[in-house]
Amino acid sequence: MQTNTFRRERSIPGRSVDPLGLSPAGRIAAHAALVVAVVAVCLPFLWMLLTSVKVPTDIFSGRFWPSRFAWDNYVRAWESAPFGRYFLNTAFVSIATVALQLATCSAAAYAFARMPFFGREVLFYLLLATMMVPEEVTLVANYVTLYRLNWLDTYQALIIPWGASAFSIFMLRQFFAGIPDDLEDAAKIDGCGRFAFFWRIVLPLARPALTTVALFALVGSWNAFTWPLVVTNSQEMRTVQVGVSFFAQDFGTNYTLLMAAATVAVAPVLILFAAVHSQFTEGIARSGLK
Amino acid sequence: MQARAPLSRTRLRRVLPHIEGYLYVLPAFLILGVFHLWPSVYTFFLSLHNWNFIRRNPTFIGFANFQRLWSDEYFWIALKNTAVYALGVVPASIVIGLCLALLLSEGGRLSVLYRVLLFTPVVTAASAAAVIWKWLYAPGADGFFNILLGLFGLGPYRWLQDPSLAMPSVILLGIWKSIGYNVVIFYAGLRNISREYREAARIDGASPWQELVHIVLPLLAPTTYFVLIVSTISSFQVFSQVYVMTGGGPLNRTLVLVYYLYDRAFASFRIGYAAAIAFVLFVIIMALTLAQRAVLQHRIHYDR
Repeated sequence: MQTNTFRRERSIPGRSVDPLGLSPAGRIAAHAALVVAVVAVCLPFLWMLLTSVKVPTDIFSGRFWPSRFAWDNYVRAWESAPFGRYFLNTAFVSIATVALQLATCSAAAYAFARMPFFGREVLFYLLLATMMVPEEVTLVANYVTLYRLNWLDTYQALIIPWGASAFSIFMLRQFFAGIPDDLEDAAKIDGCGRFAFFWRIVLPLARPALTTVALFALVGSWNAFTWPLVVTNSQEMRTVQVGVSFFAQDFGTNYTLLMAAATVAVAPVLILFAAVHSQFTEGIARSGLK
Repeated sequence: MQARAPLSRTRLRRVLPHIEGYLYVLPAFLILGVFHLWPSVYTFFLSLHNWNFIRRNPTFIGFANFQRLWSDEYFWIALKNTAVYALGVVPASIVIGLCLALLLSEGGRLSVLYRVLLFTPVVTAASAAAVIWKWLYAPGADGFFNILLGLFGLGPYRWLQDPSLAMPSVILLGIWKSIGYNVVIFYAGLRNISREYREAARIDGASPWQELVHIVLPLLAPTTYFVLIVSTISSFQVFSQVYVMTGGGPLNRTLVLVYYLYDRAFASFRIGYAAAIAFVLFVIIMALTLAQRAVLQHRIHYDR
């Protein structure tokens, strides 16, 4: 990166090739502006973390830094609502959703990419059309469907409707279509059937695409709020995000415990994101998914 | 009557790949069909009915729900508030996102770190973000924003309880939540602009400002348009923040379309009426999507 910039600078003397064409001083100013923006964006998280380890008197006196670190806030928050159950529910629902989605979408994407069948294009665009209809529009009708199926307040209501996604099929189809036909022919000559080729050759090759799809599904499932809020009502079925928002209603002014609960609800996804951020940002830049 | 020819081997071989293809597609199609395609039709069906779960089946009432919607002042308030929210969030998050993306291309090695940190609100659950921000907006002197403004001798304000501040407060959270997404899209768009155009402009003696206004921004137009539509659509879907922070209040100042839908469906159990609201939302979002496609077909970019 650095050497690249240097070489470019030399190629047109006196000017660097960057969109704003900044001087060294200007570049320092750009960094300063970015640091200000980053700090402003991260401040809510910092305030959440600081609040979560404060003692109540720090809150009332408006102290910025905690007078002592009250780590037991986390224990007390954990014990004041069945967060263990909420976590298990969210973990189970998220993992099951991802597993189901990988299975259904990789099979469908493989057929759309590599198996000719009657009505393939029509069916593909029909499924793609579902991307244009947001969850909020279908909420009422799906609630009635779940009511008719007698699925309200069950795990299958949380998992199965999200067990396939047009976006995942689209992403995986792109990848599968790029696998050379020669590979399939060679496998066929070696006596490899279609399913064996899919299972033993295509899927291992598609690991990067499958990982991206799994990450998006996982984060979507972990962060889901409106759906679990509507389709569950018992405490046994409640997910973390719904649990935290109810906790906010019940313990509205107990900010230290509330922020401890919020930290626990957002930390897993933020840690996952920090570990694999390029998968996310590149996936979004490529597909425009929101 | 001729007996049906037994399925010959060759015919079987012709048909089999088709059946196999359907089998691969079937599980995904079942799920997407039942929970994502069918509800688009079913919503319209329900919107023509009156139902509250107590009677066994919905009663057909024609377009009465839409007529009622037309004269329902809360519907218009919700529609107006949703538009206000979109107008508050979309332009601001596009301008800030674009500026930050331009600065990021100057960021060198640190730009990855900046991008990751700017993106954190996007991967944070909207409901949890709202819980955090509700605390930032706490009305007492201990709320973060009141501490901040207190340094300048202002406040304390009752952000979410004050009818004139509630919507701007919800909008600020919306901007915070969406900037990172716009930065990533604009940054990718900037990297796709061929260096040759800009180098040519420089050789012709264009100043950096001229280059930005006459070369970079016009070439970025398709990206900007894409972000505009996607942000507008997602603004019309706003719900979690409102549910957690204000519940549509105070004085219905933050009553948005999806919150009104939720309230009709799951607090009053007026399923048909809520379906009519959902249908209106569907039409708005469809119109935005079609507008996007229409303009993309005209290709508002000057590249190639």
